[in-house]
Amino acid sequence: MKKLHYTSIHGYSKPSLALLGLLLFFVLLGFISFLQMEHEGHYITGMNNQIIWGLPHVFAIFLIVAASGALNVASIASVFNQKMYKPLAKLSAVLALALLAGGLLVLLLDLGRPDRLIIAITHYNFKSVFAWNIILYTGFFGIVGIYLWTMLDWQVEKYTKIAGTAAFIWRLILTTGTGSIFGFLVARQAYDAAIMAPMFVIMSFSFGLAVYLVILLTTYRMTDRELGDIVVNRLKNLLGVFVAAVMYFSLVYHVTNLYATEHHGIERYILVDGGIYTQMYWIGQMLLGSIVPLILIYAPKFANNRNAIMAASLLVILGGLASLYVILIGGQSFPMTLVPGYEASSSFFDGVVASYTPSKWEFMLGMGGVAIAILIVFASMKLFRLLPVSLSDEVAQTLKS
Amino acid sequence: MQDNTPSPQMNDSNKIDQYRRRFLGGTAAAVTAATVLPGLILHTVEARHADEAVTSDRRWGLLIDTTKCADGCNDCVTACNTEHGLREIHGPATDAQWIRTVKLKNKSTGHQLNMPMMCQHCEHPPCVDVCPTGASFKRADGIVLVDKHICIGCRYCMMACPYKARSFIHETLTDQLPVAPRGKGTVESCTLCVHKVDAGDHNTACAVACKHGAIVFGDLKDPNDKISVMLREKGGHQLRAELALNTGVRYQGL
Repeated sequence: MKKLHYTSIHGYSKPSLALLGLLLFFVLLGFISFLQMEHEGHYITGMNNQIIWGLPHVFAIFLIVAASGALNVASIASVFNQKMYKPLAKLSAVLALALLAGGLLVLLLDLGRPDRLIIAITHYNFKSVFAWNIILYTGFFGIVGIYLWTMLDWQVEKYTKIAGTAAFIWRLILTTGTGSIFGFLVARQAYDAAIMAPMFVIMSFSFGLAVYLVILLTTYRMTDRELGDIVVNRLKNLLGVFVAAVMYFSLVYHVTNLYATEHHGIERYILVDGGIYTQMYWIGQMLLGSIVPLILIYAPKFANNRNAIMAASLLVILGGLASLYVILIGGQSFPMTLVPGYEASSSFFDGVVASYTPSKWEFMLGMGGVAIAILIVFASMKLFRLLPVSLSDEVAQTLKS
Repeated sequence: MQDNTPSPQMNDSNKIDQYRRRFLGGTAAAVTAATVLPGLILHTVEARHADEAVTSDRRWGLLIDTTKCADGCNDCVTACNTEHGLREIHGPATDAQWIRTVKLKNKSTGHQLNMPMMCQHCEHPPCVDVCPTGASFKRADGIVLVDKHICIGCRYCMMACPYKARSFIHETLTDQLPVAPRGKGTVESCTLCVHKVDAGDHNTACAVACKHGAIVFGDLKDPNDKISVMLREKGGHQLRAELALNTGVRYQGL
């Protein structure tokens, strides 16, 4: 069997320097935005007392959900013993940690009092889903960190399976927790649904794998390393299954809601006359984020076409952001019913659809989180031997056998 | 054999010593008591008020008669804003509103009514459930508050509140009132005028200001309190009663 040779990435090519510069630029923008929001207060953003969580939360939740999903590849290798995925497992764990760090940073820096991080760590209300999530995120860093260590250090390699299994179980609980942030909200019509938890789990599979594919394809292309069709096709077929599964969950969620008369208002709003949210759902999530990627993945015309796979992955990411935008902001913008059978109006926007225009500050903060995540992956690739020099079809064949 | 029986002379002097000791001891105790005790007692009396634990013997609440709430009247809102130092800053989308008047129109009959809306001071408040740090809390007497010192500004409570009763402070505040400390980046809502309640003034600014008598403040656990009598006679509706939060604010005429 041909021995796999892992190396870190040496030197800086011009494109990699350009990428580094771009990432640092976005990190700087994110930092400026944080300082501005912290200094002025949140009135400079598009968020208000009606749209409580805005664009930063869309970015943050996307990154956190994708973090869990980025671990797919490692889980398949360590837990389900798929040898072909083993050379890809280290990047998978690093990406998971990086995405979580980026997401949490956005979430933290959007707080009204980010200076009170120590309070968030020392004061726990154990009935709060948020408090559970703080424990889940911290634990994820610890467990995936150990898992990564078992993969990087041959002396502790024998613990890889057990650490990988622990990480696999933990990330399932983590995404269940993230989905439950919405699933447990009884107040709002768009939430309060148990299906939110498994839907977020399957969304994590899809978004995380899409991000992984983008990073993998870009890295191999930029470093002129060999990446065969066998490995890539396996991954893209898996992505297709996950994309279809997310569509299924979204369908079940809406059909269940449509059956209950009390939810007709919110369903009509999201699916038919919600303006931007309706467009984001049908055009963003369904068409561009699901159907087009499925065609790009499975149509024979695009077989072994790297550009098609790259496009499909990017569209899944775009669709993912759109779907979270609809869930988060669309869900909040729909008015709550105070007294059934009555139309309400007030100085506090009762009974009307709340409007929201994301500000540049929120976008900058969100992009800052994305940039930090990619920067961590970039730095890790320079520091550690994360990826094999070659993952050609020949190598893949020997791994399979 | 030695005679241990004390002589009558010794007995007398011992007695005098005993009296003297008793006298001195008594004087010392009296002096101590006279100097220290008043301080202790006075301090205890002062401290008792501030330190006295709030008990669940009472449950403060409001009863709102929507039939008396006049169209176009905003007195309760103005009174609340004045009482707590709430001002217009960057407009209604981001300004804090602890109380608001809501206009309701029956979709089928067209019947219209008005009512004030504020924190409903639930027995099972969703805001308290979801708060990660425990900054949102409910006092034993039913008043739901935010501890501004441990609120991290995550706004999860605002997502969870079924009544949209909470506001986030979107900017730096100046000239705050001592009775209502507030802070940028934290969440706040109606305190049921807790500063007045604790001072023994059992009423709220909104209830006092309502010249139509549409808002009644009282102890829901006291059967003789006006609020309990009125509830017994005409009943009271809870907003979003299906959530079974057992609100401390009740409405009549809905």
